[in-house]
Amino acid sequence: MTELTKQRPKFLNLMAIKLPLPGVASILHRVSGIGLFLMLPVLIWMLDLSLTSADTYNTLVAVTGHPLVKIILIGLLWAFLHHFCMGIRILLIDIHVGVEKEAARKSTVAVLAVSLVMTLILGAKLW
Amino acid sequence: MVNRKIVGAHYGLMDWLVQRITGVVMVVFTLIVALGLIQGAGASYESWRGFMSAGLMRFVSFLFIVSLCWHAWVGVRDIWMDYIQPAGIKLTLHVLTLLALIGYAGWAVQIIWRL
Repeated sequence: MTELTKQRPKFLNLMAIKLPLPGVASILHRVSGIGLFLMLPVLIWMLDLSLTSADTYNTLVAVTGHPLVKIILIGLLWAFLHHFCMGIRILLIDIHVGVEKEAARKSTVAVLAVSLVMTLILGAKLW
Repeated sequence: MVNRKIVGAHYGLMDWLVQRITGVVMVVFTLIVALGLIQGAGASYESWRGFMSAGLMRFVSFLFIVSLCWHAWVGVRDIWMDYIQPAGIKLTLHVLTLLALIGYAGWAVQIIWRL
């Protein structure tokens, strides 16, 4: 009876939940995915500019030369790289690679590190 | 007595599989484009257009666009299902997402195939 009448939480308090690292990476997979989705029209517009004519190609080069645009694009680059690396991690877990708790934690660290380092390297190159 | 097993309609398994297959297609496409860019395909308008307009690239780009939009549909729909409770808003978001993605797919395919 005491078990049944025990006070139970009636809602999820997001501030009280302490996510383990794989949980954080998993949420970032969603955040990066929705970010890429929302920016999709901009990315297709950029593809359009890059391929329509030499003039529009040069327009794209000029637009992406602006520091603010570069910062946004580097943010998108991170979103893509994180989503890409996390996706490969999910595919590996599907074929039973890295399922154990410790291995899953390590692969999460690898995903976070690889996507961040690659963003920094490619971002610096593009800047 | 009818011995029926209660199993779903397997929509979940289908979506799970779609998300994996479209993901793999996009990984392959990403590697092809990355390899092209490393070899200088993006250096000028002419080289970029030449790279993207090759017959095989058009084929692979089309598969990428379809995969991207299908993958985005499954992923974004899951996010609406998880976080948006009122049925009316959820349905509206589902419809808008689907319509946007169909439009994007047509737009992107047109860019690749008119080359």
